Amino acid sequence: MDASLVLPVDLDPREAARSAGALTRFLGALPGVDAWGAEKRAATLATRSIKKDAKAFAIDLAIRTMDLTTLEGADTPARVRSLCARAVRPDPTDPEVPSVAAVCVYPDLVPAAVAAVGDSGVLVASVATAFPSGRASLAVKLADTRDAVAAGAHEIDMVIDRGAFLAGDMAKVFDEIVAVKEACGDAHLKVILETGELATYDHVRRASWLALIAGADTIKTSTGKTATNATLPVTLVMLEAVRDFAELTGEARGVKVAGGIRTTKDAVRYLVMVNEVAGPGWLTPDRFRIGASSLLTDLLLQRQKLTSGVYGSADRVPID
Amino acid sequence: MSDRLSVMKTYKLAIGGQFPRSESGRSYEVVAHDGRFLANAARASRKDVRDAVVAARAAQAKWAGATAFNRGQVLYRVAEVLEGRAQQLVDELAALTGDADAAAVEVAATVDRWVWYAGWTDKFAQVAGSVNPVAGPFFNLSAPEPLGVVGIVAPQGSALLGLTSVVAPALVGGNAVVVVASETRPLPAVTLAEVLATSDVPGGVVNVLTGGRDELAPVLAGHLDVDGLDLAGMAGATVDELAALEVLAAEDVTRVLPAPAAEPDWTRVPHGVERIMAWCDVKTVWHPKGT
Amino acid sequence: MSRYAVDLGAPTWEYAPAPEARDLARLDTVPQGRLFIGGAWVEAADGATMPTHSPATEEHLADVAVAGAADVDRAVAAARAAFPAWSALPGRERGKYLFRLARLLQERAREFAVLETIDNGKPIRETRDFDVPTAAAHLFHHAGWADKLDWAGLGPAPRPLGVAGQVIPWNFPLLMLAWKVAPALATGNTVVLKPAETTPLTALRFADLCAQADLPPGVLNIITGAGATGAALVRHPGVDKVAFTGSTAVGKDIQRALAGTGRRLTLELGGKAANIVFADAPLEQAVEGIVDGIFFNQGHVCCAGSRLLVEEPVHDLVVERLRRRMATLRLGDPLDKNTDVGAVNSAAQLARITELAAAGEAEGAERWDTGCALPERGHWFRPTVFTGVSQSSRIAQEEIFGPVLSVLTFRTPEEAVAKANNTPYGLSAGIWTEKGSRILWMADRLRAGVVWANTFNRFDPASPFGGVKESGFGREGGRQGLAAYLSSAPSAGGAA
Repeated sequence: MDASLVLPVDLDPREAARSAGALTRFLGALPGVDAWGAEKRAATLATRSIKKDAKAFAIDLAIRTMDLTTLEGADTPARVRSLCARAVRPDPTDPEVPSVAAVCVYPDLVPAAVAAVGDSGVLVASVATAFPSGRASLAVKLADTRDAVAAGAHEIDMVIDRGAFLAGDMAKVFDEIVAVKEACGDAHLKVILETGELATYDHVRRASWLALIAGADTIKTSTGKTATNATLPVTLVMLEAVRDFAELTGEARGVKVAGGIRTTKDAVRYLVMVNEVAGPGWLTPDRFRIGASSLLTDLLLQRQKLTSGVYGSADRVPID
Repeated sequence: MSDRLSVMKTYKLAIGGQFPRSESGRSYEVVAHDGRFLANAARASRKDVRDAVVAARAAQAKWAGATAFNRGQVLYRVAEVLEGRAQQLVDELAALTGDADAAAVEVAATVDRWVWYAGWTDKFAQVAGSVNPVAGPFFNLSAPEPLGVVGIVAPQGSALLGLTSVVAPALVGGNAVVVVASETRPLPAVTLAEVLATSDVPGGVVNVLTGGRDELAPVLAGHLDVDGLDLAGMAGATVDELAALEVLAAEDVTRVLPAPAAEPDWTRVPHGVERIMAWCDVKTVWHPKGT
Repeated sequence: MSRYAVDLGAPTWEYAPAPEARDLARLDTVPQGRLFIGGAWVEAADGATMPTHSPATEEHLADVAVAGAADVDRAVAAARAAFPAWSALPGRERGKYLFRLARLLQERAREFAVLETIDNGKPIRETRDFDVPTAAAHLFHHAGWADKLDWAGLGPAPRPLGVAGQVIPWNFPLLMLAWKVAPALATGNTVVLKPAETTPLTALRFADLCAQADLPPGVLNIITGAGATGAALVRHPGVDKVAFTGSTAVGKDIQRALAGTGRRLTLELGGKAANIVFADAPLEQAVEGIVDGIFFNQGHVCCAGSRLLVEEPVHDLVVERLRRRMATLRLGDPLDKNTDVGAVNSAAQLARITELAAAGEAEGAERWDTGCALPERGHWFRPTVFTGVSQSSRIAQEEIFGPVLSVLTFRTPEEAVAKANNTPYGLSAGIWTEKGSRILWMADRLRAGVVWANTFNRFDPASPFGGVKESGFGREGGRQGLAAYLSSAPSAGGAA
């Protein structure tokens, strides 16, 4: 599409990748985000009423796009194996329930996860780059990444250097993403913006474009380890960036929301937003992911309710 | 008695900072309380009304755009200059009414009224405006803004204090006015216009017409570029006469201050912000708050 | 081929119908052929009735009474009889009645939302999330004023005016009722209210609340009918104060009718608001604001942003973004919770919109609409945008009162202001730019009673609303809105 019909910025994003100056110019020229307006739009979309077949579709889609996650200091190979079993077959009583997209673990547990998912098709994602703070040297971050990839991770969830971003050192943030992307090899790179620490929607928009230009396959809201998790308006801003990036470059990138998404209602709201902002083309695990752990239980309960007509009990849904 | 022959004054219209005769060339005789000849006043025509409205419209934006403090200084300057011309106005009033003492009181009250309204320019918006606590993260502020051009039929009895009491509040908010002076007592209005012209009031902000009230009032009422209509000078008119004027005003939803049943005692009328606000609309501005 | 476990191909996601339950409206309880006068349901003197229909389905909903001159007399007499006691009631007690009404409306919010949607054709999302809660908020806000009028800054010892005759439009039937009734009752006036011909049902249902609240008989009287009923009400010599919201043409008629009577009048009339978008606007929110500005309530909004003024360099961009956004608007069954654009209120209004849109095309503007499917029955108009519109075009000058946007361009802020103000109307205006000083510069110069900067179509009981120039005079809401119902000072056409 004609670039002038997508953004009021007369710079090609790919040109912006060539120098720190061009990148700064590009990011600085992006239109601002009015906070209340974005929140109002998100709140209005959240009033969509998804019933019956549309809800059944949404529940299965939420499962299919899920990165079933465990990121605890207390994680063990046994716990990860249990998680993987559930990822592959969320509801042992109902073979119609699809597998989730991926499991998401710390790097040292990637081998256990890879072994556990086997050839099920469920992918293994690993956080890396000194997750969640990212406060380590680039060498350490790259080693962290290579370690996870070498262990068989299909996907890497990296964190950006929020300190550098807030200090205005866009080039440092950019160069790190480029370096990690290279270290990923064939692995899919999700770039965590940690939007709660970026604080403003303007920052979220600029960080989104920065990550996309640097080569992120997916941009991700948050680590789940800070006070502010994914929110609908932040996701709105990120979806707009991915949509516009696709229109400008022809490359469809993804969005991952993470942290605090616990109920089917939450998940459906995100899916509605994906559908109406980025478009139905983004309703696939290639382009949208929900990082969650307890959400799966509620999705299965709601799914059972839809198929049986009876309200279920969490005791009847297996945990990890 | 001096054997010097006095120089008689020519009383003209005040339009756009100029003092022209009526474009119609007409005049009419103004007589004293005892019937002696005082002067020939210009008998303004509908075209003079048109010219006065054009002049008022041209001057209004700049007057409204001046700072409130500046408008206050200008109106206070009117009081200062008026004080110096007090004797002339006392003489004019006394000749018209035959009561020199009352004339002196009226001129003094007039000076004080200009001072009163001069002080309101940078205060009435605080009294009439508001910060509105709406249910959401918004800056929301209401403030009065001038209508634009106000047409005024001035009180027929109180030729100076009544006139001031209707003109000054319209000026406070930033309006420009076209005022039809008392028909039988027009001379103080013309003299006041001369005071205004030497008091930093920009030309066109106050335009004074003399002549037939019932000839001029309908032209003013029906003019589509007049935003407000003060019928103070129609006190005592019949309901049909008033209705006819208000019907003309309704053609473009002109705001109308209706005529009082009888002309009030302008020394006693309460003067708050009501007449200032009568010629203002409240504008409310919203803006979201957010980072 | 996907790298992933599941491949959905090219998914589409059709939302299943999610209709609000129609029976919540309790249509069977509508008092057919009855007027609410003096606290009782009475027939029109001549027994006249008129039907009201659903704009979305054209089905017949009810036959309501048509008040004639004798009925207007009765209603005004009832209001007059109730005035002494009501105005003498301590403000604290009057306030409590209004608090009751606010709470009762909140308790029955869903019922009112469904009834409003059925009668008016607007989406349930709007009646549920905007009309009904905002109406309740107006009652609640003004309830608190009733015992604080001495502190409202409207002069010493403000007194009520007497009987208020109020005529309201069909675009926000219940909300306009609340805007009119709440300040009138809080200040101690009594009321005869006439809802619009095509949307009488929520006003009649509101009478139920008055009964539940034990509001003294005659304090609020509701008479239904068409234009003749309204004309009789505003001309009635027993009415001390007239408040009208509706078209500028009818407003002028009322002002003429009241000429010379000295009766107080407030008018909230038409508009042709400019929504001004600068190149540095927060683009996504500006597009939302444009959509909200013209497609909210099918564009049946007096302050709708019906003229889009776009800074030339971003004209194509904004139009492209707008079209893309409009394509996601869901038009259809107003009772469906996912509907964004409902039905046009009446066949007559649809005809007017259709005629003006045709005029826009004939005048050479480029017409684009979403092409969405329209239901077979009912009155519908697709969200439509005209580009290449000249300032002199009818669609840039006349109020369309429908989902039709006219796009014009400007080069400088001065030109934007000049074009925005180049209309006899002056109700509202919008400004979209991230530059604060420019917002304030523009806000000073735009001739409008309400200026929305980086937002549009926001309303609040604490925020005065009303127009300048031929959009009317007087304010509704906030401290300034009380002035329309109180006497202690001269007032120019209620402008004070």
